[in-house]
Amino acid sequence: MSLLDIQNLTVTFPTPRGPVNVVDGVSLTLGTERLGIVGESGSGKSMTGRAILGLVRPPGVVKADRMEFEGQELQGLSDRAMRKIRGARISMVMQDPKFSLNPVMTVGRQIEEALRTHESLPRRALKARVAEMLEAVRIHDPERVMGLYPHEVSGGMGQRIMIAMMLIPRPRILIADEPTSALDVSVQGQVLDLIDELVRENGMGMMLVSHDLHLVGRYCDRVMVMNAGQVVETLDAKNLHAAQHPYTKGLLAAVPRMNETRAELPTLDRSQWAST
Amino acid sequence: MGFDMSAIHLKDLNIFYGDTQVVHDVTLDVAPGESFALVGESGSGKSTILKAIMGLAPDWTGTIEVDGKPRSHGPDRAFSRQCQMVFQDPYGSLHPRKTIDATLAEPLLIHGLKNRDARVVELLGEVGLDARFRFRFPHQLSGGQRQRVAIARALALEPRFLLLDEPTSALDVSIQAEILNLLKRLRKERGLTYLMVTHNLPVVAFMCDRLAVMRHGRIEEIASAEALKTGALATPYARELYRLSNPEETAEEQP
Amino acid sequence: MSPKTMGLSAWLTDDAPASRAQANLGRAYDIFRRLCRNPLAALGMAILLVLVLCAAFAPWIAPYSPIGQDLPNRLLPPSAAHWMGTDELGRDIFSRVVHGARLTLLIVGLVAVISAPVGLILGAVSGYFGGWADRILMGITDIFLSLPKLILALAFVAALGPGIENAIIAIAITAWPPYARLARAETLTFRNAEFVQAARLAGGSHARVIGLHILPLCTSSTIIRVTLDMAGIILTAAGLGFLGLGAQPPLPEWGAMISRGRAFILDQWWVATMPGFAIIVVSLGFCFLGDGLRDVLDPKSGDKA
Repeated sequence: MSLLDIQNLTVTFPTPRGPVNVVDGVSLTLGTERLGIVGESGSGKSMTGRAILGLVRPPGVVKADRMEFEGQELQGLSDRAMRKIRGARISMVMQDPKFSLNPVMTVGRQIEEALRTHESLPRRALKARVAEMLEAVRIHDPERVMGLYPHEVSGGMGQRIMIAMMLIPRPRILIADEPTSALDVSVQGQVLDLIDELVRENGMGMMLVSHDLHLVGRYCDRVMVMNAGQVVETLDAKNLHAAQHPYTKGLLAAVPRMNETRAELPTLDRSQWAST
Repeated sequence: MGFDMSAIHLKDLNIFYGDTQVVHDVTLDVAPGESFALVGESGSGKSTILKAIMGLAPDWTGTIEVDGKPRSHGPDRAFSRQCQMVFQDPYGSLHPRKTIDATLAEPLLIHGLKNRDARVVELLGEVGLDARFRFRFPHQLSGGQRQRVAIARALALEPRFLLLDEPTSALDVSIQAEILNLLKRLRKERGLTYLMVTHNLPVVAFMCDRLAVMRHGRIEEIASAEALKTGALATPYARELYRLSNPEETAEEQP
Repeated sequence: MSPKTMGLSAWLTDDAPASRAQANLGRAYDIFRRLCRNPLAALGMAILLVLVLCAAFAPWIAPYSPIGQDLPNRLLPPSAAHWMGTDELGRDIFSRVVHGARLTLLIVGLVAVISAPVGLILGAVSGYFGGWADRILMGITDIFLSLPKLILALAFVAALGPGIENAIIAIAITAWPPYARLARAETLTFRNAEFVQAARLAGGSHARVIGLHILPLCTSSTIIRVTLDMAGIILTAAGLGFLGLGAQPPLPEWGAMISRGRAFILDQWWVATMPGFAIIVVSLGFCFLGDGLRDVLDPKSGDKA
């Protein structure tokens, strides 16, 4: 059964030149699998994730023919009901841990808080769960880290803490929006491996939103390529290099390679598919 | 002086921010016309070296020579005509309330150069921007277009050395390709010397002749781009960076 | 490679201006358009427009002389002949209020012209250089800030002697410290911005960087602040006038008029009320406009055309 079923999702923002569809008729289903959403900035990939969680701020308007999570329609849910789902059932890891963690609360408190809003547990059990979760994200001295403030941890550690915070209520779906683009390459791999492992172990569904085709290809089962709010094509990550659409091909070719021999990088000729 | 003189010469360079030393004993030479990369992770001190050369990180000891002349510890007018810098963030490097025209004319005005109108139009053309952009404000431009403006501004004084601080890391891959092509073309046409900071090894393979791998403020290794392309790097840290930046190919090599 | 798609529609003229003047006019027009869309700001602009018109055409608008005495007709209530009644010397209050608009504009304008640039420059210099310059300049600012404005103005007027010029100087001296604080805070946020560094790297001097790169960015928040402070300035001026330390008789300054009308407030309410009403309306006008300007100019609320 699919966890998430979205039909014809549209996110519209008003501009002085009339309304603009930032997401324009996107349909997708997500099972217990890893779905990558790739696109350039402005392609609507992040907005898709936000729309699912009801995080599109006014004046943005979200419309869809269907937006079901485990058979339950998400549109028209009250703020209260939505808060129950957000975090507990569907959670989201954002780009930069620096902006997502509360700077005046210790790491331990924040993770506890994330758990407590969704489950009531005695204090001792709470602590134990937090420590266990921190170990699951490969933080080896959870006791010490729990007492630290966000500015005292490195970027990679911060992102692992974010992941711990997001996964501790045991959600069904994790939406990771550029979870590693603020991190160094050496840490990127570790964080993604970690997300990957936790998602597989817990039988969750994951949506990995990224601008990096290769990264998405490595960590996902399916890849959905977006451009200008629309899905350009969806393909198996294995077949990424056999992409058909000129946009996907262009994106792949534009990335410099390590054993680069081309004197010039091919650039996208947007006139091929650009509508406006 | 001799023809073997290096364009940028750093010797035993130590750079400090307050009480902390961020760069330790860096020695390197960039040949005239060369494109040299400083590679490393965040906090490795690579951007700080560029700032010290430009005079934006005044607290350093050792030697910095550009074109055979020792650098002072601050920005100066004569130096600005020789060497310019392109910043990482195309959103932060343009004055938000000035038109592109004003931004590009500013260096010309400071140095009292003539023919400013013609020069501005010419500069826009050189970085592949239509003249329509001339009187727009930065917020009306995309990230790639802004970075083109920043490059045009750096070229306004016709410097021979260009320091590039992660010029494409804030851009989409398709835009990155355009900017890298532009930088490569400009270097060829104008015989520029590049000193480029990046964390992206494939970009180095495309753009540069040599690279220095930095870690914790020290140079681990200086290698040629050929060595990078084949993975023939000497130090374990450099090889590790290579492996992480190139998971597909390394995975294929060792199935 | 052509630039990315730019909407070449009816907005072409706004989008790709052909000259510097057109670009700047386009920006001003955009601000004006957005101001007009805000009803309160539009009301504020309308009030101030009326004030300016009154000041400009006072001799033609006012039916009587503002200082001509007409003792037989003293203390008349509002009527068709005297819309706001007459005061204790038989002068038409409406005419005096209209002429008073000139004084009010003079005070407000001069105070703004004197104190805003002083505050801006001090703040920008202290924020840009930091260190000792910052400590000394901000120390002075703090001393001024720690004293109550009206008391300080009173002290200055007492020292300089009463009169409208001295009142203006005294108010200006007490009005600049908040602008210095504001400009310093703004400067700190982009002192290390890359566009400031780029200007330095192009060989620009400190003075040039402050004057041409930093100050223009502080001005919009200062304009907002000055506009909002105008109401306070008018009130301070009226307060000084009320205490007899501002404009001297027979000048039709609104505060002084209230002061004169105080003696008759129970029986001839209009003498004090009419100029008071003018003060309230104009203060409100400035407040509305200031709020509107903040919504339009504040970069944090989205500076998108």
